[in-house]
Amino acid sequence: MKSRDTASLRNISAFAVVARSRLCWGETWEGPKDGREEILRSNTSLLRDLVHKRDFYAGGLMVLLGSGIALKGTTYRAGTLMHMGPGFLPTALGVLLILLGIAIAATALSPSTDAHDGHGASESILPEHPQWWAWFCILMSPVFFILFGRYFGMAPGTFACVFIAALGDRNATWKSTIVLSAVVTVFGVALFSYFLQVPMPVLTWGGGL
Amino acid sequence: MIDTALTDLWYGFGVALEPHNLMWCFVGVFVGNMVGVLPGMGPLATISILLPLTFGMKAVPAILMLAGILYGGQYGGAICSILLNLPCHPPHAVTCLDGFPMTKQGRGGVALGVTVIASFIGASWGITEMIFLSPLLVRAALQFGPAEVCSLMLLGLLAGSTLARGSPLKGVCMTVLGLFLGSVGTDLETGSERYTFGMTELDDGVELIALALGLFGIAEFMSSVNQVAPVNMAYTNVRLRDMRPSLADLKRAFFPMWRGTLVGSLCSLIPGTGPTIASFVAYATEKKVSKTPEKFGTGMLEGVVCPEAATHSSIQGDFIPTMSLGIPGDAVMALLLGALMIQGIVPGPQLISQHPDIFWGLVASFWIGNIILVVLNVPLIGIWCKMLAIPYKYLYPSAMFFVCIGVYAANNDFFQVGEVAVLGLVGYVLLRLGFHPAPVVLGFVLGPRFEENFRRAMLISRGDIGVFVERPISAVFVALCAILIATQIYFRLRGSKAPIEPSIEHTASGDEPRLAAQRVPATPAE
Repeated sequence: MKSRDTASLRNISAFAVVARSRLCWGETWEGPKDGREEILRSNTSLLRDLVHKRDFYAGGLMVLLGSGIALKGTTYRAGTLMHMGPGFLPTALGVLLILLGIAIAATALSPSTDAHDGHGASESILPEHPQWWAWFCILMSPVFFILFGRYFGMAPGTFACVFIAALGDRNATWKSTIVLSAVVTVFGVALFSYFLQVPMPVLTWGGGL
Repeated sequence: MIDTALTDLWYGFGVALEPHNLMWCFVGVFVGNMVGVLPGMGPLATISILLPLTFGMKAVPAILMLAGILYGGQYGGAICSILLNLPCHPPHAVTCLDGFPMTKQGRGGVALGVTVIASFIGASWGITEMIFLSPLLVRAALQFGPAEVCSLMLLGLLAGSTLARGSPLKGVCMTVLGLFLGSVGTDLETGSERYTFGMTELDDGVELIALALGLFGIAEFMSSVNQVAPVNMAYTNVRLRDMRPSLADLKRAFFPMWRGTLVGSLCSLIPGTGPTIASFVAYATEKKVSKTPEKFGTGMLEGVVCPEAATHSSIQGDFIPTMSLGIPGDAVMALLLGALMIQGIVPGPQLISQHPDIFWGLVASFWIGNIILVVLNVPLIGIWCKMLAIPYKYLYPSAMFFVCIGVYAANNDFFQVGEVAVLGLVGYVLLRLGFHPAPVVLGFVLGPRFEENFRRAMLISRGDIGVFVERPISAVFVALCAILIATQIYFRLRGSKAPIEPSIEHTASGDEPRLAAQRVPATPAE
C-alpha cells in the first residue's frame, strides 16, 4: 500500500528521478555496460528471464481476457457501422485489449523499460511475504456474510464476516477477534438495520428471504 | 454574466444552508476527515465504502455529503502525512518531504495550521473558477452533437489513463477493461443480453458499488494486510496553541500559497491530471522559484504550503468538467458521477439547467464545508491524532463489514456480495501485475454513454467514421488525442531519458522519506 501509493508518477518534467536498483536481471545495475555484453546476456537467458518478468504475465493476462471477450462478442450480432448490433463494441474492445496485451508483453522483452514503469523494484508477481491465509480470510469473509446473512439474518452475518476477516491478521487472538466482531455487530446492526433501514432481518432461521 | 452567476450562487447558498442539507454536508466532511486520517484509507476507498449510506437520501444531500467526504478526506490525509510521514493518499506524498521534518523540529503544529489556511485558499480559488467557468463550458457543450461528445469522452478517457500513475499502456488497458465491464448486461438499444452467462442478476450490468468496493476496498485490504507497519506515534502530540502560525510564518507562506493555487488550477484544466500531479508540479515549481532550493526536504514551510494549496485547488477544479460536461477526470470524480446516476440524474451539460439545486447547492456547500473543516480541524486535531493509532487489524475487518453490507444495500441482493469478492480478487491480481485499477471505474462509468453516443453519431453520419474528423470541434479533440498518444510513444522510444520520475522511497524504518534527485542513467545503447 505504502510503496504503491508513494510510487512514482511519470511524465512530470523538471523533477527528480530515483536511481532504482534494477534487480530484475538478477543483479544490480552498476553503470553503463558494454553494449555487446548486454546483448550477449539477454540472448542466452532471454527465456528464463521472461518467465520472471511481471509484464510478460500482465500482457499475457490481457491477451487472454481480450480473446475471451472478443470470442464471446462474435456470438452477438455485430451489425453494420450505421446500425451497430450489441456485439460490435465489446468485440472491438476485446481486439483492442489483445493488441495492448501484446504490446505490454513486448515491453517485457526489452530490458530498458522496467525502470520507469514505476514498479521496477518489485518485479516479482508475489509480494515479498505472501499472505495466503490472510487473503483467504478476506475473500471468505463476504462468502460467510452471504451464507450467515441469508440463513440466519444480519447479526450473525455481520459477526461471521468480521470474525473471518479478522482471523487473517498475524497477531489475531480468539479473544480479540470475538470482541471486535461483537462490537462491530452491535454498531453495524444499529446503524444499518435501525437507522438506515436496510431490509434484512436481524435474526431469522432458515432463510426468510 | 457575472450577475447571473452571483444570483445563482446566492440561490445555491439557500439550498446548501437548508438545515437538512447542512447537516449532511457536516456529516460528510466530518466522516471524511475522520476516515481520511486513518492510515491506509484513501479517498477512493472512503467514498466507495460510504457511498451506500447515501442510497436512502435525496440527490442534493447525497452529493453534498459525498463531496464533503472527498475534501474532508484530503484534509485528513495532510494530517497523516505531516505527523506520521505516511502518505496515505498520493497527493500528499510530497507534503511528507518537508512536513515531517518540520514535525521532527517540533513545528508540526505550525505546518498543520498553515496547511489548513493554504487548503482553504486553494479550495476557494477552485470554487470561484467553478462558478464562472462551468456556465461557459456548458454553453459550449450544448452545441455538441454525439460525435463531439464521443471524441471528448475519448480524450477524457485517454488522458485519464495515460497521465495517471504507472505505465500508460497499462492505464489504457484498464480503461478498455472498464469500458467492457460497462457493456455487461442488457444492451439498451437492442435489449439483448451481453456477457451475463445466463445469470439474471447481471441483466442490469455490473454494480458500480461492487466494482468500486472490490477494486479499492477488498483488493486494497489484501495488499495491506499484515504489511502495515505500526505507526510511529512519537510526534503526534499536537496541541491547539502549537497550531497558530506566527506572523512571520504567514508572510513566508503567502506567496507559495498563491503559486500552489495557480498551479493547481492550471492542472485541473488539463483533463486527466488530478491532484497528485498538481502537487508534484507545485513542489517542483516552488523549489525552482525558491532562493534556497537546497534547503527543501529539511522542513521548509514553502514545501508544505504550496503542494497542499495546489491539491485543493485542483480537486475543486476537477469538478468543473465532471459537473458541466459529465466527463470525469479521474476515478474519484467518476465515482461521484456514478453516485449521481444511481440517484437517477443524467450527467451532462443539461445538468446545471435541469438540476440547479444540485449544481449551485454543491458549489455553495464547498465553501460551507471548507469553513466547517477549518473550524473542525482546529479543536479536533487531538482526536484525529488518537485516531491515527487505530491498528490495521481492527480497521480492515470492520471495513469488510461495511463493504458487504454496503453492496447488499445497493440492491438488497446477496448476489452482489459475491460479485464484490470476485472483483476484489481480480483487482488484487491486477494490482500485483502492476495495473492501477482506478481507470477501470472511469471507463466503467463512461462506457454506456460512450457506446450510446458512438452509435448515435454513426447513425447520423450513415456509418461514415470520418464524421469525427470532419466536424471541427470533434476534430480538435481527436487531434488532441493523437498528440497525447504521439507524445507517449515519443517518450517511450527515447527511453529512460524522457519520463522524469519523482518518487519517494521509504527507508526500512519508515522514518525518513527520501527524495533522491538523480536522473536514471541512460540505458546502454542497443
